[in-house]
Amino acid sequence: MVGKDDSFKTDLKRARGHGSAHHGLGMWMAERMTAVALIPLGLWAVYSVLQLAVIGYDGAVDWLQSPVNIVLMLLTLAISFYHMHLGMRVIIEDYIEHKPSRLLWIGLSAAASLLGAALALISILKVALGGAPN
Amino acid sequence: MVQLTLPKNSKIGKGRHWRAADGASKKDVRTFRVYRYDPETGDNPRWDTFEVDTSKHGPMVLDALFHIKNEIDPTLAFRRSCREGICGSCSMNIGGRNALACTKGWDDFGSTITVSPLPHQPVIKDLVPDLTMFFAQYKAIEPWLHTETPAPETEWRQTPKDRDKLNGLYECILCACCSTSCPSYWWNGEAFYGPATLLHAYRWLIDSRDEATGERLDALEDPFKLYRCHTIMNCAQVCPKGLNPAKAISEVKKMLVERAI
Repeated sequence: MVGKDDSFKTDLKRARGHGSAHHGLGMWMAERMTAVALIPLGLWAVYSVLQLAVIGYDGAVDWLQSPVNIVLMLLTLAISFYHMHLGMRVIIEDYIEHKPSRLLWIGLSAAASLLGAALALISILKVALGGAPN
Repeated sequence: MVQLTLPKNSKIGKGRHWRAADGASKKDVRTFRVYRYDPETGDNPRWDTFEVDTSKHGPMVLDALFHIKNEIDPTLAFRRSCREGICGSCSMNIGGRNALACTKGWDDFGSTITVSPLPHQPVIKDLVPDLTMFFAQYKAIEPWLHTETPAPETEWRQTPKDRDKLNGLYECILCACCSTSCPSYWWNGEAFYGPATLLHAYRWLIDSRDEATGERLDALEDPFKLYRCHTIMNCAQVCPKGLNPAKAISEVKKMLVERAI
């Protein structure tokens, strides 16, 4: 036996590891569902940005105060940040082997996603509900 | 962080160059660059170059390796047994892609053919990888029929339709070409079961006679053991038996969804 682990653990013990975590399905489904949701939302966002480019500042504020636009904008951003968090987590788990570093990077990545999402959502709500100063 | 370069003792140096025998016709000579590692010397691995007169042996890469071992350098180590693609012993990386040396023709390649052990496994000697973990993972999914119902007096019966579901799965010869071509298996080879083991896991999940479907799914539902598969598809591309482990894995994922809804 020439494995990484040179203790007297049997091969089967190493292969089984700590057993199944009994989760994974939820995250896998969430990755796919957010990806699917982002297709129509992304197309809507591109279309909206093109529209916003020509209607000026006041027009953009008005646009963001329509209930449909508020909801779609909040959903687009919330789902994007959640999808980003899920994707970053998979990449970190793939490429960072050292467990404490892995945990640290997953934590930092989650914090960055959460912070970005909070800033974006609060900004939208501020304009949508309170209006923006001229 | 992930290791992007080879560790110091794995860096491959330049090895010996064996010229073609006098009198060999130039059009018959192919160059084989073969990975060599001898654990007894403690030296780093090296690329040996063999100019081989292919008119002196059969059509497969394995024939060329036999020719090298018998006629040029008897110290070359490689695994082989059936020489007809059924035992899975002579799996190795040929021309950059995992394959069985016994079913891969040397004339599929240009004038130089690179031969190295299956990637990302510890090397025992030359072209012989240590597949201990690979087989332990296979063992871990308990690849046999699990039943609680007392065994019938004759056989466990199965309809032809249910038997057909095992086609494309039972043919796997555990050569490890797929698992060792999978980047997810390279990065997380102890935590991720890899395509071959998961294909076999599905083979028992889909068997109409097996009564442990729930327990088997429980044991697989894990972010690493199963969900490290990102459908990269190298497994299906290299399988020398033409199987599709990626599809089997996605069927396991589908079964887990079906169970939850």
